[in-house]
Amino acid sequence: MRWLRRNAVSIVGILVLVYLFIPISVVTALSFNKPAGKFNISWNSFSLDAWTNLCGVPGVCSSFVTSLEIGLVSTLIATLLGTMIAFALVRYRFRGRSTTNLLIFLPMATPEVVMGSSLLALFLNMRFPLGPLTVAIAHIMFIISFVVVTVKARLQGLDPRLEEAARDLYASPRATFRYVTFPLVLPGIIGAALLGFSLSFDDFIISYFNAGTLVTFPIYIWGAAQRGIPPQVNALATLVFVTALVIVLASQIVQYRKRKAMESS
Amino acid sequence: MAEQSRTNQVEDLHLVNLTKRFGDMAAVDDLTITIPAGSFFALLGASGCGKTTTLRMVAGLEDPTSGSIRIGDKDVTRLRAFQRPVNTVFQSYALFPHLDIFENVAFGLRRRGVKDVKATVEQMLDLVELGSLARRKPTQLSGGQQQRVAVARALINKPDVLLLDEPLGALDLKLRRQMQIELKRIQTEVGTTFVHVTHDQEEAMTMADTIAVMNAGRIEQMGHPAEIYELPKTAFVANFLGQSNLIEGRVAGASDDLIDVTAYGVAFRVPKSRSSATGTAIIVGVRPEKMTVLDALDATKVPDGHNAIFGRVTDVSYTGVSTQYLVRAAWGQELIVFEQNMIVGDRCEVGDDVIVHWAPSHTFGLDGDENINAGVDAAVLALDATAGQ
Ligand SMILES: Nc1ncnc2c1ncn2[C@@H]1O[C@H](COP(=O)(O)OP(=O)(O)O)[C@@H](O)[C@H]1O
Ligand SMILES: [Mg+2]
Repeated sequence: MRWLRRNAVSIVGILVLVYLFIPISVVTALSFNKPAGKFNISWNSFSLDAWTNLCGVPGVCSSFVTSLEIGLVSTLIATLLGTMIAFALVRYRFRGRSTTNLLIFLPMATPEVVMGSSLLALFLNMRFPLGPLTVAIAHIMFIISFVVVTVKARLQGLDPRLEEAARDLYASPRATFRYVTFPLVLPGIIGAALLGFSLSFDDFIISYFNAGTLVTFPIYIWGAAQRGIPPQVNALATLVFVTALVIVLASQIVQYRKRKAMESS
Repeated sequence: MAEQSRTNQVEDLHLVNLTKRFGDMAAVDDLTITIPAGSFFALLGASGCGKTTTLRMVAGLEDPTSGSIRIGDKDVTRLRAFQRPVNTVFQSYALFPHLDIFENVAFGLRRRGVKDVKATVEQMLDLVELGSLARRKPTQLSGGQQQRVAVARALINKPDVLLLDEPLGALDLKLRRQMQIELKRIQTEVGTTFVHVTHDQEEAMTMADTIAVMNAGRIEQMGHPAEIYELPKTAFVANFLGQSNLIEGRVAGASDDLIDVTAYGVAFRVPKSRSSATGTAIIVGVRPEKMTVLDALDATKVPDGHNAIFGRVTDVSYTGVSTQYLVRAAWGQELIVFEQNMIVGDRCEVGDDVIVHWAPSHTFGLDGDENINAGVDAAVLALDATAGQ
């Protein structure tokens, strides 16, 4: 009983981790399965087919690439626009500033079904052909909100004396931005971009409304789920998960190394 | 850039009718001072009196409402901050957190297009004794070290004027004493004009060769520390810079070089040369350490011609170097007296009837219109601010 009380925190922690990782390990395990029938649900026998033949099932890889492309392009544009909007909102006083501040939250607050269907109605009304462009436009719309909110918070948290110090030290307005303001806001921008990309990559609802005949990765999986998801999807999902994990670990290690180097110097 | 070809010769800094208003409130009110080239100049005043605003206008971070700023005979009032040959050590240091110590110090040189900064930066880091920490980030340094980086980062640009806004405010007492000596050493070494803002009168007196006492946006008095201390011209200065006993009286007559004053029925004498009174109302002032306490029975021992007051001791505190007495005069005012502990033996005790006396040459006269309590609260506030850190 005493033992239980003393280790309660660790036990709960481990249980939560197990809870978080079971689905992921199931996904990964089934990528090495050779399904008996149409559905890759129960374990049959070990096989590397899905991994050696990643693009073996038609549509898997092309939809994956489509989602990557849309994610990258939307993130790039949204980050650029969102950063500029954040600077304008924080640094300048103009008419409609507080309205903009409020409206920028709307895409985050609106239910995705509502946003997806409204956009569809708009595109149809304008006779705008559905496809990669409409999906990208929709994604840019909601990523911008996240970028603006994150970068704005970062900018507001910036000590104004740092920029004054730069001006005092012979930095022109342009140099102040380049050597002080931007580097200090950059982590916020990068964070917002990463978040924006992952939101775009796994968005289903809004994309489904506005994709027309375009098939993104989530849309492909949705379709495949009716007929049985091929193990290749599990393999790709594992790949994405591992990539994310490697990025996180790498950044941790770099930071740890830096700290070590500092302490020993 | 024209500033690049700047000579090493330092020049006076002139503030002429400098005024800054925030709405209706004048934070700096018609300030006119000349700060001599190469001097260690202290701008002393209580919190909120306009010191920071004055510095920011000199640095170019704040536009004056009116007035002008000149360095030598060059008018810099309209120059932007990054065009002025002036650098600042900020109150909170404002070191760039994303750059290491070396790059922080090199910042000004790089922005002015200096190519080879290594030798200069290392030399500057050695001057402030931080050579070994060049590759650390600011957050990995102690308060005292950050402070020295801030000084190095500003000084490396060889500014005509270095502005320091309460640079020691965030340090604990011991470190502050140490940095006072350090800053003084650096100033002597480089010979740049230092304008040092502080609310700590002791700091101003120990460091500066010229002090300007500031109150509510104006300069009350300016001069060498000893000169201001010995001969304050206003009640604010008398109370804010050290302590004073101020007694309200009226001019009763005058001899060759002394003014005869009557206050509460007691006669005092004030040297004409030491009085800034203009009418018949006058305030008699004396510093506590200039006074001597005697037992009332020894009244005959008071030297001829000295000013003297009978009273009763209400408090005695022994501080080692000196003993501090509070003596209540007949009219109820409490006088403060510091006696050096020269003699071992009897001291006066609470309740003793005593006579307090001092030489007329140590007396100063203030205009009778002055409020004898001006600056008392401000001094207490400044002391609290110091103690609170
Ligand atoms: N940007 C500002 N807007 C409005 N009032 C200000 C501003 N900056 C300073 N003040 C006011 O001006 C006065 C002087 O401030 P400051 O120069 O910072 O004083 P100090 O540095 O002597 O403590 C204060 O009353 C302060 O509230
Ligand atoms: Mg201040």
